[in-house]
Amino acid sequence: MRAENYQARHQPPSHEYELNFGPNHPGIEGNYALKVRLHGDIVTHAKADGGYLHRGFEKLMEQRLWIQNIALVPRICVPDPAPMELAYSTAVETLCGLDIPVRAQWLRVLQMELSRIAAHLFTFGGHAATTGMYNTMFWGVSDRDLVLDLFEELTGGRVYHIYNIPGGVRRDVTEGFLGRVAQFLDYLESRLPDYDNLFFTNQVFVTRAKSVGVLSPQQALELGVTGPNLRACGLAFDVRRDDPYLVYDQLEFDIPVEQAGDAWARTLVRRAELKESIRILRQVIERLPGIPGPIRAPIPNPLAWNVPAGEYYARVESSKGELSWYVVSNGGAKPWRTHIRGPSAMHAVQVLETLATGARLEDVAQIMFSLDACPPEVDR
Amino acid sequence: MSDIAYKDKGSILNPLRALAFFGRKPITEKLEPRPASERYRGFHVNNWQKCVGCSTCQKVCDNAAITMVEVPNLPNDPIKGIRNLRPAIDYGRCCWCALCVDLCPTGSISLSREYVHTCVDAELDSYFVLPDSSGIHNMSFPLGWTKEADNDLVDHVRQDMAELEPSARIGNFAEMVAGYTKQQAILEASRCVQCGMCHDACPTQMNAPEYIRAIWMDDLEEAVRQIYRTNPFSHTCGRVCTHRCEDACSVGHRGEPIAIRWLKRYAMDHVAPERIKQIAAEGLSTARSGRRVAIVGAGPAGMTAAFDLVKAGHAVTVFEALARAGGMTRYGIPDYRLPGASLDQDIEVITHLGVEVRYDTRIGRDVDMAGLRDGYDAVLLAIGLQYGRSTRIPGSEAPGVHRAVDLLRDIVAGVKLDVPHRAVVIGGGNVAMDIARSLARLQMIQHGKVGITVTAVQPEGHFPADLEEIKEALEEGIEILAARGPQKVVLENGQVSALETAKVLALFDAQGRFAPTYDLQDTQIHPGAWVIEAIGQMSDTDTILGMQLTEELAWSRGRLQLDAEGRASLPWLWAAGDMANGPDVVHAVADGHRVAASIGRHLMTMGEKS
Repeated sequence: MRAENYQARHQPPSHEYELNFGPNHPGIEGNYALKVRLHGDIVTHAKADGGYLHRGFEKLMEQRLWIQNIALVPRICVPDPAPMELAYSTAVETLCGLDIPVRAQWLRVLQMELSRIAAHLFTFGGHAATTGMYNTMFWGVSDRDLVLDLFEELTGGRVYHIYNIPGGVRRDVTEGFLGRVAQFLDYLESRLPDYDNLFFTNQVFVTRAKSVGVLSPQQALELGVTGPNLRACGLAFDVRRDDPYLVYDQLEFDIPVEQAGDAWARTLVRRAELKESIRILRQVIERLPGIPGPIRAPIPNPLAWNVPAGEYYARVESSKGELSWYVVSNGGAKPWRTHIRGPSAMHAVQVLETLATGARLEDVAQIMFSLDACPPEVDR
Repeated sequence: MSDIAYKDKGSILNPLRALAFFGRKPITEKLEPRPASERYRGFHVNNWQKCVGCSTCQKVCDNAAITMVEVPNLPNDPIKGIRNLRPAIDYGRCCWCALCVDLCPTGSISLSREYVHTCVDAELDSYFVLPDSSGIHNMSFPLGWTKEADNDLVDHVRQDMAELEPSARIGNFAEMVAGYTKQQAILEASRCVQCGMCHDACPTQMNAPEYIRAIWMDDLEEAVRQIYRTNPFSHTCGRVCTHRCEDACSVGHRGEPIAIRWLKRYAMDHVAPERIKQIAAEGLSTARSGRRVAIVGAGPAGMTAAFDLVKAGHAVTVFEALARAGGMTRYGIPDYRLPGASLDQDIEVITHLGVEVRYDTRIGRDVDMAGLRDGYDAVLLAIGLQYGRSTRIPGSEAPGVHRAVDLLRDIVAGVKLDVPHRAVVIGGGNVAMDIARSLARLQMIQHGKVGITVTAVQPEGHFPADLEEIKEALEEGIEILAARGPQKVVLENGQVSALETAKVLALFDAQGRFAPTYDLQDTQIHPGAWVIEAIGQMSDTDTILGMQLTEELAWSRGRLQLDAEGRASLPWLWAAGDMANGPDVVHAVADGHRVAASIGRHLMTMGEKS
């Protein structure tokens, strides 16, 4: 918490006043908070406060063996933990010069896209709730639970999969798992018209979201916006396509783009990505059975594993934007330094502060959810 | 691009579409416990029969959630590598990552599909659990995340040791094992999980985890320093130790144990001899005590005691009957297993510290015990077991019947032996293999052909010899016969021509005593001009001690009576090594340390010299 945010100030006798927006606010996730200055119900100034949620991941990682960090990294972003595992593992693998077996790469794609679907369903629910449409939230959360069931079966954990380790993945798919994924995809696809009626084309939502929190392409580039938020400004950049990792270069998918740059456009991009993820997963289901193992490259005893000295910046496309791990090894058994370049930090701080300014108070929560920022990752 | 018709304004009738939901089947979630998936990571279970208490789970735990707890009624046997410790989990810290499962060397620990636990504030310690097979609530939940080939992070495969092919090694006494390269040694050292089972199993309590770690970090001087903390016969033990450590190694439960012995050899071979001497001399007392100790026998036990006592500041003189130091390690172990030069390095480190060795000085001939008693403050007997036992079968007195230790001593001393084309060895231990393989080499050199038969009374698979010795002997063309008991030496014109053996029916009687019985119908004749007995050794304590001292001392079943510290019934005399405790180099070294400590205490508490 920043002390200066919470000091009483002399309030001028006017319509201007300050409001603590969160941390205990229904439209705010986690410990995150905003300090907003209002003129009437128009925000004239907004100051983001990441809050004390986790704090110190990067430092903590320096105290742990390379392998132990795989249990730590997913906790940085609760709704979409899988890309955290992948980016960290990729950095370590690159420093070690490990070749990741092809089957492991496909299994990682399976996990990444399922995680993207789960994260988007969660976000739709949250976004809908900020506009008073709680039905969509119930639907989104309960449909996400079906993905969590699949994760539980594949990885042994519903939320924190701890499925990737440097070298590959820990387990192969279970008997019949791909069939159950296919069933879920069919189910989700059949639900989309309902979601459209309930939320995406619902005039209550469209009217609320249109022209709110508008981000120009210029602003987006200046602020370092990535992911669906960037693509909603008409800029088609996606790490999966523009700097392919895993086997994304062998998969067919489109990069959905919207032009308006407002809260509605951002939501529509995510809605379209849901379809693309379903498309990718169907290709995985079709091709994975024909790809032989193993699922992990041999790695040294984790208790005596020195990663060669060097540094690497590994980036992946998470549901929230470009997620990167910068990992430095001095040749020792633990990272010398790690740093996360997560999408949420700038989306929830610089971008949100910019977009909230000038917005109406009731739209602030909506703007935040339309940016899909993940507070645990802001203050990691 | 988005496929939804969001550009449409939508119909005013859209809300009516909700009516369609009335036609759908409602989804009902049952209010009952939901079984977790097959590989769920729930509360731990631990199979206590499999768990050996090695604490690897504790080391890999991310959150320090695991504490090793002593469970008193469980087996605790350091020689077998079993501790009575079991992991207890603090569920206030556990994150259910299951790395403990993936790295468990025995595969005992698993996670279950049980995931609900709650309590009132007064019972918060119920989150600290010592899991056994029944899990947290003594309910039988199915196993969840278990160790399988995919997620097993233990490195099971040992680095291969390069060695000479049988055809290349049989014609000479060159050392057959090549030793690890740097890369191999670091890779092999990296397999270690640092459980310390090896330390507990070693007779000298060798700091093996520490030196393995140092080798992994490529700090060989530190490795040597750790090795010398407990063993001055490190070149020797790095080659011929019976490696109890590897039998106890926790990685050995499901894979190949760490090559702890070869790693010791690697460290010793890759640090300059001069530097080893400096490292071994660290901690050498600069103050001299003025006390003098006589040690009889320059074998591992005597020289280890000399090493310890000279480092503590005492003056040590070692009396050795033969021309060179090392005892059985020099005169009993052939060069292809332990080259003399390696043993010399160990001896030089000890003599470099100031130990005086008087060679070719036999007690009872050149010096007598009374002289030692009067001239020194303490006397240590470490004379080993130099004399071979005889089978005493008919014909065993004939000139072609030899004792293995005598022949081995002659081979090392360079005595020219005219080995016959065929020879028969009696015995199934390491000495039998040593003499068989040494004679096979001499036969190859002299006749170009191996003709050795080894007959052992033990059944196949129960030989006292190391498995690798038997395997290598077979590779070298030696015939090994199990369960054959010697009956008589066949003589032709007074010359040995063969050994007759009978099939062994049983080795032990009903009381478990060694009393072999034979099937005399099933006999075999093994031709050979030499018969070599390798059935055990004894010492000649009487001739060394002399009549008077032998009578003064207390004896127990024909052996010198010693207390727990190795001290005889006279206050100035100690005994150690093979003559006191068997049976190998590393036990002799441990024994040397033990009596040196006892002698040291004695010297420090002695009154002023009159």
